[in-house]
Amino acid sequence: MAKSGKNNIIQAEGLKAPVIRIGLLQWAKTNLFNGVLNSILTIVTLFLLYKVVPPFVRWAFIDSLWFSSAEQCRAGSGACWSIIPANIRFIIFGFYPHELHWRPLVAMIMLVGLLFYSKNRDHWSPSLGYIWIAGLLTMGILMRGGLFGLAPVESDKWGGLPLTLMLSFFGMFAAYPLGVLLALGRRSKMPAVKTICILYIELIRGVPLISLLFMSAVLFPLFFPEGLTVNKIIRAQAAIILFTAAYIAEVVRGGLQAITKGQYEAAESLGLNYVQKMRLIVLPQALKIVIPPTVGILISAFKDTSLVVIIALYDVLKTTKSALANPSWMGFSPEAYLFVALIYFVCCFSMSNYSRRLEKELHT
Amino acid sequence: MTGETCKTSRSSEDKIIEIDCLHKWFGDLHVLNGISLTVFRGERIVICGPSGSGKSTLIRCINRLEEHQKGRIMVDGIELTGNLKNIEKIREEVGMVFQHFNLFPHLTILENLALGPIWVRKVPKKEAEETAMYYLEKVHIAEQAKKHPGQLSGGQQQRVAIARSLCMKPKIMLFDEPTSALDPEMVKEVLDVMINLAEEGMTMIVVSHEMGFAKSVAHRVLFMDFGQIVEENTPQVFFDCPQHDRTKLFLSQILH
Ligand SMILES: Nc1ncnc2c1ncn2[C@@H]1O[C@H](COP(=O)(O)OP(=O)(O)OP(=O)(O)O)[C@@H](O)[C@H]1O
Ligand SMILES: [Mg+2]
Repeated sequence: MAKSGKNNIIQAEGLKAPVIRIGLLQWAKTNLFNGVLNSILTIVTLFLLYKVVPPFVRWAFIDSLWFSSAEQCRAGSGACWSIIPANIRFIIFGFYPHELHWRPLVAMIMLVGLLFYSKNRDHWSPSLGYIWIAGLLTMGILMRGGLFGLAPVESDKWGGLPLTLMLSFFGMFAAYPLGVLLALGRRSKMPAVKTICILYIELIRGVPLISLLFMSAVLFPLFFPEGLTVNKIIRAQAAIILFTAAYIAEVVRGGLQAITKGQYEAAESLGLNYVQKMRLIVLPQALKIVIPPTVGILISAFKDTSLVVIIALYDVLKTTKSALANPSWMGFSPEAYLFVALIYFVCCFSMSNYSRRLEKELHT
Repeated sequence: MTGETCKTSRSSEDKIIEIDCLHKWFGDLHVLNGISLTVFRGERIVICGPSGSGKSTLIRCINRLEEHQKGRIMVDGIELTGNLKNIEKIREEVGMVFQHFNLFPHLTILENLALGPIWVRKVPKKEAEETAMYYLEKVHIAEQAKKHPGQLSGGQQQRVAIARSLCMKPKIMLFDEPTSALDPEMVKEVLDVMINLAEEGMTMIVVSHEMGFAKSVAHRVLFMDFGQIVEENTPQVFFDCPQHDRTKLFLSQILH
């Protein structure tokens, strides 16, 4: 099937190719200048592009300085990318001890490597689960130290990109199963479970993440017994997980509603119990349907980790801002923020890209 | 009404389903109104009746897809109550084929068939797949094993659905209008499979208006109306000289 489909496409392209070559002018006429309104829009757009693009290119690439001192930057008129190499280690690693930066670096590389390896569904197997557990443990040891002769590093020194990645990674991977459970609970026939899930979901969705983060920082410690303090990062992490899970739950509930009664009945009439029915029949179908909105939520969760600054955690956005507070680099914020935006963009774009691929692969 | 009179020769061990004075309501709607029915091992029963008369509800009560509110159902010696373990045990022994097939669209045909044996009967995967292939061959569809249900025609899907139930090696098969969602030219291929099954001695309860099938296969035909069994007879008597006016009216309607 697939093979003949491919052949068809190739043939079709072979037929179309000369048509396309007939002319750019023809194409522009049909697509950009068909009608008065469209022509005006095209001209206005071209004018705006002309006004914006060349100066930007000039600023960013032609007049720009990449490895200069701050003084040289002030003398020039272009972008001062030099702020990034000059401050890169602080932006990426925050207050982590300078000579130990290799540890979070290795941890991040491991994380990204594992994520890349896991992208391929052929690699999904129980042993991949063990690899992940071992990998996460190693990353934890690298970050914390105190074992195998690694100098201990208190978690209040953690910051920058490793912190952002950690908060988002655990935020997503803990929130997803929790959200699925909440969605199942909300449709449960047991009134107590159902009520609890509805209350939880609606309460959490009724408050902004910022207030949850504040509560985790200010309110929770009041409830804990004297002397017991829960690490600030863990509290922020919990807030992010609880928050994201509520949103995932609602999306997954939508997917569950799309599964017909017949599927449940067929599963039940085979004698599958509740867990088997959900795991083997209902969830695989429901979760697949909701991949796009789920990834949307995961992406916003990733970006929302930057809100942890309000409880004085130094995520990558905050370290960038702090670097800008250095008097010699003051005033080069566009360059620095563009750089951080690029980091966020690469991450979010890969997520949405991957979700599209996954959707295609699971298409049946 | 129970059919006891003509089956006195059979011993009580031969009874595989005993339904006693069954009542069911959907809200205020009295859907099953005092049904009593005994089915013997190897017996084949066809149920017909007008739309909304409770045929589907009756057979769905037998594997507890619907819960009854009054009366008693015994299946293979186990009484159907709220006990989940018993319900699952009975569902293992009772196969069900639906009007709309209800295959699992995210699994291949082979996986659809092997799923029940693997997870419910705890059969090793390889053995389950061999059984699956055996039944797929039986319903003449083995070459489609690697496809997904969406790629098959209605008749093929329904044959797969029958094979999926058979893989569980059930003692009883329930059919709820298995051919009424099919295009006319596909009805026969499904009925042929069911006739084969009947010849092998499977206990079958079939909700269907296929007269030819009922005549050639059924031991008894039941006519239901307003949640009651109105008439019950051998197919010859049922179709040739029905006793009740309502049956006559119904038969004249479906035969035009
Ligand atoms: N889940 C339900 N909730 C409420 N009412 C229901 C439900 N299922 C069935 N009913 C009602 O119960 C009555 C009997 O339904 P049932 O499906 O058993 O009829 P049927 O004899 O199978 O009819 P058909 O030939 O149309 O399939 C109908 O009036 C139907 O509307
Ligand atoms: Mg029906």
